Amino acid sequence: MFRITAQPIDPGAIERSVRTDACGGVVTFAGIVRERSDDGRPVTGLSYEAHAEMAVAEFERIADEARARFGACEIAIVHRTGDLKIGEAAVVVAVASAHRGAAFAACEYAIDELKRRAPIWKKEHYAGGGDSEWKQNACNAPSHHR
Amino acid sequence: MKVRVLAFARVRELLGGESHELQVEDGASVADVWDALADRYTALAPLASSTRIARNGHIVSDSGERVQNGDEIALLPPVGGG
Repeated sequence: MFRITAQPIDPGAIERSVRTDACGGVVTFAGIVRERSDDGRPVTGLSYEAHAEMAVAEFERIADEARARFGACEIAIVHRTGDLKIGEAAVVVAVASAHRGAAFAACEYAIDELKRRAPIWKKEHYAGGGDSEWKQNACNAPSHHR
Repeated sequence: MKVRVLAFARVRELLGGESHELQVEDGASVADVWDALADRYTALAPLASSTRIARNGHIVSDSGERVQNGDEIALLPPVGGG
């Protein structure tokens, strides 16, 4: 399951979607909206937007790469768009594999690459009326077009 | 000919919306599309080095690449997913 959705994400449902009788290890990562920004300011919520078609294609490439590196596994990646409140899941990556090692490794690889590559954007909203800010992940791919 | 420009995040705000139709000369390149937009929206120019461009869903590595009538040209600022 590779999806961009404006609906709330249920991590349990994503996890169930990857489980098979061949898989003895399941690792699920959920990225949750937290109450403070990296610089400590109180956050009221986040807004996400995505180029949905390109993002889903990137999720599929990342999953293919994870399987090539870490071996056979079932992978689901779902990212939310729209306005999210504190405590809501922005992203869920679930990986099921025969053993735990591949599941941990593939899950970490997938979320790291998603943050680096997927065409998804996040705006942070602050308590107290400060201006909202677009937040950029570390390690963005450099531009080549100019 | 016309292309459809999709803009996201900071660039979407500068352009005043996600989707725009843009008239360009036949034979125009991806760089020509960017320059036409940067002429109209001057605040865009400083974002040239940080904005990637995708043509029909594929990142453009050579801005001399020609565009075709009906192409989707997506302007992708630095990402922040997760």
